[in-house]
Amino acid sequence: MNNVISIHAVRFVILILTQVLIFNQINFLGYINPYPYILFILLYPVKNNRMLFIFLSFLLGLTIDLFMDSGGIHAAGSVLVAYTRPLFLKSSFGTVYEYQSIKFNTVEFGSKLNYIAILTAVHHLVLFSLEIFSVSKIILILQKALFSSIFTILLCVLLTIIFSRNKT
Amino acid sequence: MQQIINFIIRNKTFLLFLLLFSVALLFTIQSHSYHKSKFINSANFFTGGIYNSINNISSYLNLNSQNRMLAEENNRLKSIMYNTPERDSSFLDSLKFNSLYRFTHARVIKNSYSLNNNVLLVNKGENDSIREDFGVISSLGIVGIINKTSNNYATVISILNTTSQISAKLKNTNHFGTLIWNSNSPEIMQLIDIPKAAESYLTIGDTIITSGRSSIFPKGVLVGAIQDFRLDDAENYFTLSVKLFNDMTNLEHVYIIENMDKPEITDLLNE
Repeated sequence: MNNVISIHAVRFVILILTQVLIFNQINFLGYINPYPYILFILLYPVKNNRMLFIFLSFLLGLTIDLFMDSGGIHAAGSVLVAYTRPLFLKSSFGTVYEYQSIKFNTVEFGSKLNYIAILTAVHHLVLFSLEIFSVSKIILILQKALFSSIFTILLCVLLTIIFSRNKT
Repeated sequence: MQQIINFIIRNKTFLLFLLLFSVALLFTIQSHSYHKSKFINSANFFTGGIYNSINNISSYLNLNSQNRMLAEENNRLKSIMYNTPERDSSFLDSLKFNSLYRFTHARVIKNSYSLNNNVLLVNKGENDSIREDFGVISSLGIVGIINKTSNNYATVISILNTTSQISAKLKNTNHFGTLIWNSNSPEIMQLIDIPKAAESYLTIGDTIITSGRSSIFPKGVLVGAIQDFRLDDAENYFTLSVKLFNDMTNLEHVYIIENMDKPEITDLLNE
């Protein structure tokens, strides 16, 4: 149990630091940045206290906001996907989720990709609509959300593959 | 009463979500109104310290280009200084008693230009008597306005921020307008509300400078060059695209300007 907690604590800190110091500086084509810190939300154990999970996600988002001077946009996005995560889990993994026995290392790749993609897309849509905060710029919101989502999904899949190989 | 408690216990997850989500929304809305972001800013011991220690390392990477920029500025200032006829040697005195503006040198330790509301972080704060609403310029032009300060750090609302509005004017005449950013490109800003009467003075490539009306920036700080101009929808005012002299994506050494007469000016305006 201690081991699980320390893994998630370390992941929390490392994801924030890499996000702030590396991924925010990429600015691909001028404005496209990935946000792979949501890996924390993606990979958080399913069988766990939900209130603690939502609170930790809020803390994660707020810390990113603190670094980026962006108000509360990351906190809002993170809390929303953390709260609605059971929906995404159910739609992607179906029966496996019903028995609460998901191990993210062992599920098949297709449904995992599906899960990551939906969660990332929702998170980024909330994130950019709050960042731009204007209905008249909806095209810009969708464009930014789409490009950043692609980047984030790619990075999340790569990172999960790289770090799951070590354990087996 | 029993039912209310039951309801809270049954829906505690949803209520927690609602609470945290509205707190996040509150912070977001605050950050969208100018000078209102109270709690969430990077000018604190924790984030400032991390950015500072990383910047100590990464500043070596562009030492070359920054040195060249500083040398060019020195060159320009020297040429102004030695070409002024009849120099009075008392000007070289480093003690200043009656100067209107006080300059403080600072380093940008966090730059940002890809968001809609960009905020920079500099490594000078209240210990160096930096306060809210001081102007920030680089050797090439304006950078932004100080927003929040802590003991050792201060956040700067970049000119690349949709909430920032700075008074600027044409260099040759006194027609002034408001400098805003439409968040499309970090090189181009918009100067709106230039009166229609200024048409004959508008030439592509002309210089735009600050107007000195706001008591934040002195008059004559460089902004950029006119790239394009057109009448707005009501056909009463011109909207100018201004190409910034400053490369906002490559900032390191900046100067913070304090207007020593500012308390007097604001007092006078508030009366």
